[in-house]
Amino acid sequence: MSGHIVPVKIYVAVFFSLLILTGLTTFAAYIDMGMTHIGHFTIDWNTVVALAIAVTKMLLVVLFFMHVKYSPGLTRLVVVAGFFWLAIMVALTLSDELTRGWEGHPKAWSTLLPFLHF
Amino acid sequence: MSEHSAQMVHGHSPALVHQFETEDQQREAGSLGMWLFLATEVMFFGGVFMAYIVYRALHLPDFIQGSHMLDVKFGAANTAVLICSSLTMALAIHAAQTGKSKSTIITYLILTMILGAAFLGIKFTFEWTSDWREGLVPGFHFTYGGPYASGVQLFFCFYFFMTGLHALHMITGLGLLTTLTVMASRGRFRAEYFAPLENSGLYWHFVDIVWIFLFPLLYLIGGRFGGGH
Amino acid sequence: MSTAVADIHEVPAESRVNYLNASYGIKSWLFTTDHKRIALLYLASITFMFFIGGAAAVLMRIHLIEPQGALVQPETYNKLFSMHGVVMVFFFLVPSIPATLGNFLVPMMIGARDLAFPKLNLISWYIYITGAIFTLYAMISGGVDTGWTFYTPFSSLYSQTHVIATALGVFITGFSSILTGLNFIVTIHKMRAPGMTWFRLPLFIWAMYATSVIFILGTPVVAIAIFLVGLERIFHVGIFDPAVGGDPLLFQHLFWFYSHPAVYIMILPAMGVISELVTCFSKKRIFGYSIVAFSSMAIAIISFLVWGHHMFVTGQSVYAGLIFSALSFLVAIPSAIKVFNWTSTLYRGSISYEAPMLYALGFIGLFTMGGLTGLFLASLATDVHLNGTYFIVAHFHYIMVGGAVMGYLGGIHFWWPKITGRLYPDAWARFAALVVFVGFNLTFFPQFMLGYLGMPRRYAVYPDEFQVLNVMSSAGASILGVGYLIPLIYLVWSMRYGPAAGPNPWGARGLEWETPSPPPTENFEEIPVVTEEAYNYTGARQTAG
Repeated sequence: MSGHIVPVKIYVAVFFSLLILTGLTTFAAYIDMGMTHIGHFTIDWNTVVALAIAVTKMLLVVLFFMHVKYSPGLTRLVVVAGFFWLAIMVALTLSDELTRGWEGHPKAWSTLLPFLHF
Repeated sequence: MSEHSAQMVHGHSPALVHQFETEDQQREAGSLGMWLFLATEVMFFGGVFMAYIVYRALHLPDFIQGSHMLDVKFGAANTAVLICSSLTMALAIHAAQTGKSKSTIITYLILTMILGAAFLGIKFTFEWTSDWREGLVPGFHFTYGGPYASGVQLFFCFYFFMTGLHALHMITGLGLLTTLTVMASRGRFRAEYFAPLENSGLYWHFVDIVWIFLFPLLYLIGGRFGGGH
Repeated sequence: MSTAVADIHEVPAESRVNYLNASYGIKSWLFTTDHKRIALLYLASITFMFFIGGAAAVLMRIHLIEPQGALVQPETYNKLFSMHGVVMVFFFLVPSIPATLGNFLVPMMIGARDLAFPKLNLISWYIYITGAIFTLYAMISGGVDTGWTFYTPFSSLYSQTHVIATALGVFITGFSSILTGLNFIVTIHKMRAPGMTWFRLPLFIWAMYATSVIFILGTPVVAIAIFLVGLERIFHVGIFDPAVGGDPLLFQHLFWFYSHPAVYIMILPAMGVISELVTCFSKKRIFGYSIVAFSSMAIAIISFLVWGHHMFVTGQSVYAGLIFSALSFLVAIPSAIKVFNWTSTLYRGSISYEAPMLYALGFIGLFTMGGLTGLFLASLATDVHLNGTYFIVAHFHYIMVGGAVMGYLGGIHFWWPKITGRLYPDAWARFAALVVFVGFNLTFFPQFMLGYLGMPRRYAVYPDEFQVLNVMSSAGASILGVGYLIPLIYLVWSMRYGPAAGPNPWGARGLEWETPSPPPTENFEEIPVVTEEAYNYTGARQTAG
């Protein structure tokens, strides 16, 4: 950022990648990718693909258009911190919202050590 | 020691403000400040995204129903428009950085503004007005009575709130771009000084990123392969 | 530079140009970008809001002298505790030390001429004032009765009071905090004087940095929470209405995600002040500098992981409760570490008992009590009994009043000579500190007992058997109120009639003590070059550490 000049062709390459990925995510929505069930949880592959593409697009914008690839460590720390904190908020809130319907009540130690019987 | 003589002694540009010792320090401080502001924006939008995630998890069929009532082609077109505007913004900064003429910088800035305005135009005149006509605006005109009605109302509440908050940020961005265009027309930017362009660019790209997530999360829930899940 | 300092003693404050007399007139204050003047603008507004919040508390304590209520209707009582909370939390405690002492001292302590963004600093004060006006308007028009916590669905669907005006005031003021935090982080990263490495910074700066991290990452979330309540209130769209699929607890998650770290916004700066006071008044280096610095950062980070402990009994899943309970025990550790560090600093120090030190010693004891009682609340089983009782009220007042407010007063007294160039009468100051300490304990210790015995909080009436303890608490409150008024009087008096203070009346270490009192607008003739570690108190009692 302090003087590093990104060549125009990189900007153009990122631009076309972003457009292609947009087309891809739109197209992928019209294809049924099915679901996988693991215990309590269900993985919806359409959502996984859509989010993966969105994250890729975000990384392209952040690294190249916003110059983070060429920025000092402090900038990267601020970027990571912002998203990490959002992840904390979502994860811990979901730990409540998604477990309200769970059966049974944890009984002290037996929750952590399910193989011990009290 | 007057500021003027200090400048003459140290060779500072008039753009250096008194609390900083060097231009590098000023530029780095400005950039860090904008990044910290963007971190607050991540948490600000993040709060709404979190509410959305919770309700989508708890009321998935309702959200799928609601999402299917949005027009994918407008969402996709708007995504493309914003991506183009990010390119033109990056090129505006590049032009300043490489010492191009001020009319080059201004051209790219104006292109960015036109694309931003196009985004808002598509959203307001094509999407929101037809939503209004179809009675899908909670709190104002919501007449949908089909399956999952209350959940669909919740979905559209999030739809309008998230895209509305995003649009507010776009409008602010257009205001920033106008200011930058005026500054550029006065010859304020050159290869050694373009910090306002760079920092406003960061803001503009951030608003683009928010939309990059809004598009799949609002328009593509549950896929479009007919029948949903 | 040292010759300039030696000359200052003979020159009265008025005849030397400093930031106070460099320009005159109301416009020079309302349009200033000098961080020191902005700190004073904040000081005046925050003091005003403190006495508004205090007035609500006085009315509440008078009302609670009688089991059936002595003063107001229950609906009014609800409004009193709500406004007390809103004003004290958002308009006093959160900005108190950062916006006054932080604004004044951060540039001076690191050897800079101003903050990174002086105009943003002034804007943050105007934003604070705007938010305060909205909230005061709500108060005057009849107040709000939701509690400062605005829980849904009462606040979003059922309350008939001025929720939106109050919420708008809080929403707007939040941006003032965000800008202050942003300014501090950039300033501390980018504007330290040559030689001022991270580990030579005063611990007050570490505390302000940690606080600013919380400002940046937490405040936007409460803004969104309040925004959503406003939307729900205006449009009735079901965001928090269970009847149409909304979850009232979602509001609590968004609200407490900020409001728990917010309590660390309130205590971290006070802890920073205590580190400065304890070292100066024991004439000793801080014990374990880097541990204290890292603990400040650890508190800021871990504080974001524990918010669910406010929701153990409101319907949160017990599995989430387990996680939050365990993490809440974790957050106590860095705070406890700091208490050990301060005590170890005192050990074998050359201790003197000026007023700032009395506040610091009070802080250490009262904060420890408040912190220990937090453990009862972090534990799920005991919290079921104690939540919603006066035990909670006592717990947080021990920390926020016994801790944060005493830290604030100690800091105001310590840096008062630097800020105003005047000395206040120390005998009166010590007396007031003792009155505050006695009044505080008499007010809030009975509340621990009341809570343990089961008296609920936020109730306008209570069973007869609790009257004795309530009367004790109200008596204490009147003493505490007097204790707060005394400094107001002698501090204002000293601005006009107090003897001139030299650059360093306490013999303290730190860059701010190497400039005249009051400082010139530019802070330093030349930017200092730092060659020493922090707290370089030399003397017979100095030990390594």
